[in-house]
Amino acid sequence: MNKNTIIAIVAILIALAAPFMMYPVLLMKLLCFALFACAFNLLIGYTGLLSFGHAAFLGGAGYIAGYVIRDLGLPFEIGIVAGVAFAALIGLVMGSLAIRRQGIYFTMITLALAQMLYFIFLQAPFTGGEDGLQGIPRGSLFGVIDLSNDLTLYYVVLAICIAGYALIVRTVHSPFGQVLKAIKENEPRAISLGYDVDKYKLLVFVLSAALSGLAGATKATVLGFETLTDVHWTMSGLVVLMTLVGGLGTLAGPIVGAIVIIALENRIGEFGTWMAVTTNIDWFRSLGEQVTIVTGFIFIVVVLAFRKGIVGEILAWNSRRLLKAGK
Amino acid sequence: MEIFGIPLQAFLGQLLLGLVNGSFYAMLSLGLAVIFGLLNVINFAHGALYMMGAFLAWMGMAYFDLNYWVMLALAPLLVGAFGILIEKTMLRWLYKLDHLYGLLLTFGITLMLEGVFRSIYGVSGQPYSVPEALQGATNLGFMILPNYRAWVVVASLLVCFATWIMIEKTKLGALLRAGTENPRLVEAFGVNVPLMVTLTYGFGVALAAFAGVLAAPVIQISPLMGSNLIITVFAVVVIGGMGSILGSIITGLTLGIVEGLTRVFYPELSATVVFIIMAIVLMIRPAGLFGREK
Amino acid sequence: MKLKPIATGLMALFAFAAGSAQAQMSNDTIKIGMITDMSGLYADIDGPGGVEAVKMAIADFGGKLNGKKIEFVFADHQNKADIAASKAREWFDTEGVDMLISGTNSGTALAMAKVAAEKQKPNFVIGAGTARITNEECNPYSVHYAYDTVAMAKGTGSAVTKQGGKNWYFLTADYAFGTSLETDTTAVVKANGGTVKGAVRHPLSASDFSSFMLQAQASGAQILGLANAGGDTINSIKAANEFGVTGTMKLAGLLMFINDVHALGLGQTKGMYLTDSWYWDQSDESRKWAQRFFSKMKKMPSSLHAADYSATLQYLNAVKTAGTDDGAKVMDALRKQKVNDMYAKNGYYRIDGSMIHDMFLMQVKDAKESKKPWDYLKVVQSIPGEEAFTTKAETKCALWK
Repeated sequence: MNKNTIIAIVAILIALAAPFMMYPVLLMKLLCFALFACAFNLLIGYTGLLSFGHAAFLGGAGYIAGYVIRDLGLPFEIGIVAGVAFAALIGLVMGSLAIRRQGIYFTMITLALAQMLYFIFLQAPFTGGEDGLQGIPRGSLFGVIDLSNDLTLYYVVLAICIAGYALIVRTVHSPFGQVLKAIKENEPRAISLGYDVDKYKLLVFVLSAALSGLAGATKATVLGFETLTDVHWTMSGLVVLMTLVGGLGTLAGPIVGAIVIIALENRIGEFGTWMAVTTNIDWFRSLGEQVTIVTGFIFIVVVLAFRKGIVGEILAWNSRRLLKAGK
Repeated sequence: MEIFGIPLQAFLGQLLLGLVNGSFYAMLSLGLAVIFGLLNVINFAHGALYMMGAFLAWMGMAYFDLNYWVMLALAPLLVGAFGILIEKTMLRWLYKLDHLYGLLLTFGITLMLEGVFRSIYGVSGQPYSVPEALQGATNLGFMILPNYRAWVVVASLLVCFATWIMIEKTKLGALLRAGTENPRLVEAFGVNVPLMVTLTYGFGVALAAFAGVLAAPVIQISPLMGSNLIITVFAVVVIGGMGSILGSIITGLTLGIVEGLTRVFYPELSATVVFIIMAIVLMIRPAGLFGREK
Repeated sequence: MKLKPIATGLMALFAFAAGSAQAQMSNDTIKIGMITDMSGLYADIDGPGGVEAVKMAIADFGGKLNGKKIEFVFADHQNKADIAASKAREWFDTEGVDMLISGTNSGTALAMAKVAAEKQKPNFVIGAGTARITNEECNPYSVHYAYDTVAMAKGTGSAVTKQGGKNWYFLTADYAFGTSLETDTTAVVKANGGTVKGAVRHPLSASDFSSFMLQAQASGAQILGLANAGGDTINSIKAANEFGVTGTMKLAGLLMFINDVHALGLGQTKGMYLTDSWYWDQSDESRKWAQRFFSKMKKMPSSLHAADYSATLQYLNAVKTAGTDDGAKVMDALRKQKVNDMYAKNGYYRIDGSMIHDMFLMQVKDAKESKKPWDYLKVVQSIPGEEAFTTKAETKCALWK
């Protein structure tokens, strides 16, 4: 067994034990965002394409899944599949339009198309607009496993996220993944070698969209609602942050990034409340607001100094260490 | 009298309002275009700095009793200085990298700025009254137009035109344009390119702050006023052509009017129409309507 | 080996993320939670003032109940339904909150009502207006305490129509509250022989009302019905004055509070009607409480602040009677209580969740009539509770059929 397998096993063991030590709903939210960040990383980390419109997939799938489960009365699995299918379809449309351009123009197109989708969701009656799609029932898995219990649902969500992650790992290590890396490093050369670069880009775009959709649909069912927050462009920015902080182009990076950012959001509020209660200064309660300030600060620091992200820096430090030891 | 079933009054009224909005788009996209042209940086912080300009105007009035006209001159200077600080301490390290990092850095700056103002002032707007000289309204027949809005159009057109003249017709502007094309060569001629870059950034954000002060009596001064606007302004810049000065001015004004028109016939679409146009333009003419492909 | 640092790192991360999240049942405390808009467009009418009002109630009750300490937590939902619902769920699951007060914003209130019903905890809706809480979305745990959109429609809507305002145009906040208010008022206008010429929706917390003013003017209606509240109403009225709409149309503020009149001044609001459940100057009792509030908050309380105070005491008394903090038992005890305090007289709880009490049609005073600070309103008419709220014939609540 090599190192990576051991790490994977340890991580899974921790994940299996976690709901007994922590609030399961928070953990499930964390898992979904981790999957979202990993899916996003496929595009930016391994293919070199920065999309600023991934919220469309996360939120879009969530809305469709919610609609299917709540209003059409179909079971949980169908809802998830519907969400993923929707995200893949949007990904196909968005991707085929965006791929035609390079660099910053690619990013701008994804942003524009995601904004259009935002306004569609804002107006569409079934989404509930500002009020959000409320009261999505959890139902049961395959009609057999009752999901209303937080613990049961956690293991189902864990299984879904591990499956999605495994797919990403396989993709990265496959010949397909090698071509993606080639495109990222030197696209003209990849073209000159005879690869239909556009087809590869489109394929990975759709894959990234579909997996983001999986994360979104699952999250909507866990939390029981879907709102415009998930399709707003700030959510697209958030996933960029998670991936950047964790480490672009690493497999574990986005997971770490998601944990850090979500934990930050939660803890800052608690820290603020604790400070307010201890010191009796109410201003500390508004420390919850300060999440944006801290998030922005982290963004700046990472972009300026730690571009490789947490996992990236650890790996780089490690290889430097090994190099020195080799001498 | 009716045009396509809409009374002429409503039509002209919305068009005029659209022109007012277009003036803001023009000024903001001008700043963005100038910055992108020379620095190759997508300045996400443009919206937050516009907000800062508006807040400074309010703070000037609330804390120091400085009136609108003073702040109209002072706020851009202050924000410009702040911009120079950002450029010197943070942006300049990123020029060698992919210009996506500039976008991400300025995004981080936006989050910080908005967070700070939000924690102090909350989200609901601060009111700012129209300066005395511009109060009141004129009855144009088809609508009653508050005089202040007319001033907004005039002021922004003046500023945009002045900027365009400076960049296209003066020696300084020529240096700027040369620096965009070939910084090495210009440096070889003895021009201090880094200084030029810094000042350009400062100027670009000063324009944003100017727009902010202009906006203060019209819109609720809230920490989020920039982020509501910035994405639309990006779209305007992309449609106009990322480095084209004239392009951004004309596109800004036109798109404001287009939005106004949409509001007459299909109000729900007015927010989206700019993005639809952007997607179409990017398909057909990726460099933008007035731009040149780099 | 790479294994150790990364694995340790992962574990540390999880631990960091975990924090306190273990489920705790509050068997030794009574915990009240309040989630409202603390910093946005509705912060003035409820917000920090509401928090203060609840604190006053807990203090007046004695701070303890049957030896258990009474605790109070509050949060800002920022007018986002996801934040509200997540916070409510987290509080119920991990903080042992026994009762939830959902404040302003109907979207968030609907979301929180669902969570409270799922967790079987009492939920007092104070500040959110949508009548759906006691109709389509009624459940055994929600209490709609202060007012709802039906009462506003029947009060202000009917008064303005009867005064001659026969055709209306609506400016509606595009979410649950606005649409409820528009629907309910339309019904009242039509019932009184009026017509509705059209409506335009604006985003919640809109920054610029100019284009909506133009559309309102183009409609040619006599009355501009403002189906919005808080900061939106204030800005709509300002824009209406700016664009000369007030010259050709009369404004009907379908939901207004004293704070809005204070922000706009008597000049811009002269003669406007508003329907409310309580006014600080209405009786000696109310004046006394208002003065206490004023000394802490430096502004006069709105009816929502008074309702927060009253509801908290109602809940605590119900817990005392029931002898337990179990949700279902407390709701039973609560429904048997009457409300007779500085907020309402002869108020009672109905099976659909409404707290039936009299509403008052008020009018903004002329500047000349105002004798002291915050002396803004005069009571024109009192509307009995049974008439003001949804009647049995109209109700859509499954529990009341």
